[in-house]
Amino acid sequence: MSQSHEHTLHFRPADGFRERAGEVVANPFLRQSFRGAMDFLMQKRAAQFPNPEELESLRSLGEQIRQYNLAKLPTLLEQLEANLTRNGIQVHWAETPEEANAIILGICHKHSAKLMVKGKSMVSEEIELNHAAEAAGIEALESDMGEYIVQLAHEKPSHIIMPAIHKTKEQIAKLFAENIPGVAYTDNVDALIQIGRQVLREKFEAADIGLSGVNFAVAETGTLCLVENEGNGRMCTTAPPVHIAITGIEKIVEKLEHVPPLYSLLTRSATGQNISTYFNMISGPRKPGEKDGPQEVHLVLLDNGRSQAYADEQLRKTLQCIRCGACMNHCPVYARIGGHAYGTTYPGPIGKIISPHLLGLEATAGLTTASSLCGACGEVCPVKIPIPELLIRLREESFSEPQANPVMRGQGAGHSPLISAIWRAWATVYASPALYRGVSWLGSRLRWLVPRRQGGWTRVRTPLQPAPKRLRDLLQDRN
Amino acid sequence: MNARDRILSKLRAAAPSTVPAAPLVGDWFASHRPAEDAAAKVQRFRHFIELAHAEVHSVNRGNWVQKLWEVLAAKELRRLLLAPETEHGARAFEALTELGVECTAYHQPIEQGKAVMFRHIPASLTGARAAIAETGTLILWPDVHEPRLMSLVPPVHIVLLDANKIYNTFFEAISSEGWGNTQTHALPTNALLVSGPSKTADIQQTLAYGAHGPKELVVLLLEESAQ
Repeated sequence: MSQSHEHTLHFRPADGFRERAGEVVANPFLRQSFRGAMDFLMQKRAAQFPNPEELESLRSLGEQIRQYNLAKLPTLLEQLEANLTRNGIQVHWAETPEEANAIILGICHKHSAKLMVKGKSMVSEEIELNHAAEAAGIEALESDMGEYIVQLAHEKPSHIIMPAIHKTKEQIAKLFAENIPGVAYTDNVDALIQIGRQVLREKFEAADIGLSGVNFAVAETGTLCLVENEGNGRMCTTAPPVHIAITGIEKIVEKLEHVPPLYSLLTRSATGQNISTYFNMISGPRKPGEKDGPQEVHLVLLDNGRSQAYADEQLRKTLQCIRCGACMNHCPVYARIGGHAYGTTYPGPIGKIISPHLLGLEATAGLTTASSLCGACGEVCPVKIPIPELLIRLREESFSEPQANPVMRGQGAGHSPLISAIWRAWATVYASPALYRGVSWLGSRLRWLVPRRQGGWTRVRTPLQPAPKRLRDLLQDRN
Repeated sequence: MNARDRILSKLRAAAPSTVPAAPLVGDWFASHRPAEDAAAKVQRFRHFIELAHAEVHSVNRGNWVQKLWEVLAAKELRRLLLAPETEHGARAFEALTELGVECTAYHQPIEQGKAVMFRHIPASLTGARAAIAETGTLILWPDVHEPRLMSLVPPVHIVLLDANKIYNTFFEAISSEGWGNTQTHALPTNALLVSGPSKTADIQQTLAYGAHGPKELVVLLLEESAQ
């Protein structure tokens, strides 16, 4: 049962979460950026769902589609593999980020690749492919405008749909002027986009490898579906001679007819668009006689902890996610601390419930406590993932006493014998009226003994102290 | 055991013993997306694709090449990538060449003409297989004659669409054409839905057109009764 999970990844979510969150909260510009962007995205989503009855029935359908397909996941993965193979797409399996990187870099080496252009792929962020490629001497260039900006600034995305949401146009103007040869400062957004277009067009033309993610993989037809607005996803999957797609094992649907409801929920929930500009369905490499399209198409199926979530009925619901980002757009915590504070690939509510499976609770135990459990994330989730319920479950997994055969890697990582003892004592006292009366009487008499510093509580709050008179005493005085 | 077998065996060991009932996607669309008549579908299609910044011209079989010429002239485009093997491509080729437009065909594999495609072709003309009214969407099935990059790389993409081929929804297109049935109707290597010119809002949520694909999308909507 002791599996080796050695990671060479650079995520250190548990370290410094509080400090990073504090920095953002103290920065009025960043706070304004996130608040403004989240308000904008919430309004746009709301405008797409004017009819609450329709929204509810479509969410139920989305949930049903995802649960049906997850229930059949192992069968569907085999069906997908068989149909992709029949279509000429080569399928690879990876349990860990290291394995996925090795597969991708192996394909690059086979083609003596120097330049890889990348369409937006959160799974490639998850495995830190750019690091691995750089170490192997391959330039991995992000081509989604937001990802390109973030990469140029040597940062990571702060939002899964809008990666550069934390940056102002003035910052981007400065970044372009300083880093792109021959570019003068301009903060005109159209001009900035045209600069990015020019730079990246040359790269699309020259690239040896195109890498992309996958939004839906259709088992019955052996088709990879990609959702995007910019056209860079189509460029990456069409212009270079080799296309490598990477996806988590959960993004499978059995039938093509399962796609329209999920696609509609995705774009309307994510950015408030009734549809994205492009929906790209790839069912094979270039056929004899065709004049373009890649000569080779590969799909890498990544587990990276997803099978752990799959093994538990409640935790399996995490895998229903279609990565729209609506939960973070509506999260009062995300809106205040932004995406970087979390330190994980996936920030916000979905990040808090998926990251423990990818990185272990050792590295993520505290993340689930960064929630007021207000329930907004669960309410807007287009596939009805009960996110608040899962946050509570993960808190239990994190802070309960370590067990012999835990469901989750790192179970009990946040356990503190002292805090557990305090809560046990609390429970005992509150379960017995006589004990409660005695202890509260003692508390009101010995209130001066309460320490001024009370761990995490007094970091940002005044100390707790029992009142001189109990409620019971006050009521008695009135009579 | 390799990674594949380990992943599959973990999933199999954990898979629920019963599979929930198959989702009734068709029922949802039947009850929430009533079928519209041809005129309403044209109107809806046009409304949404124009909202997404596409330029739509109503044309008929007699005048569409003239309109195409007008569009090119208005945009000062003197070169057009088209497919002379198709019926519409042949007609446009003949008429436009006479009018002095340089018509280029996509005859070589892209490896032999990448630089031309990326740097020298200002516009392209392709057909559309069909369209979707609900979202204002073109369905393109690139093929040997009209390959994938034709609708992506040139800064202006002009599409000829037969107004009789507009479906109510994406679901209706898939189900009535039987896309899911690989025995009877295998999908092409690349099928596309296109709902406007390329765009992005990645800088401060400000919408900008012409991100990586076409900056302009022009639809010539072929209607029987258009004047």
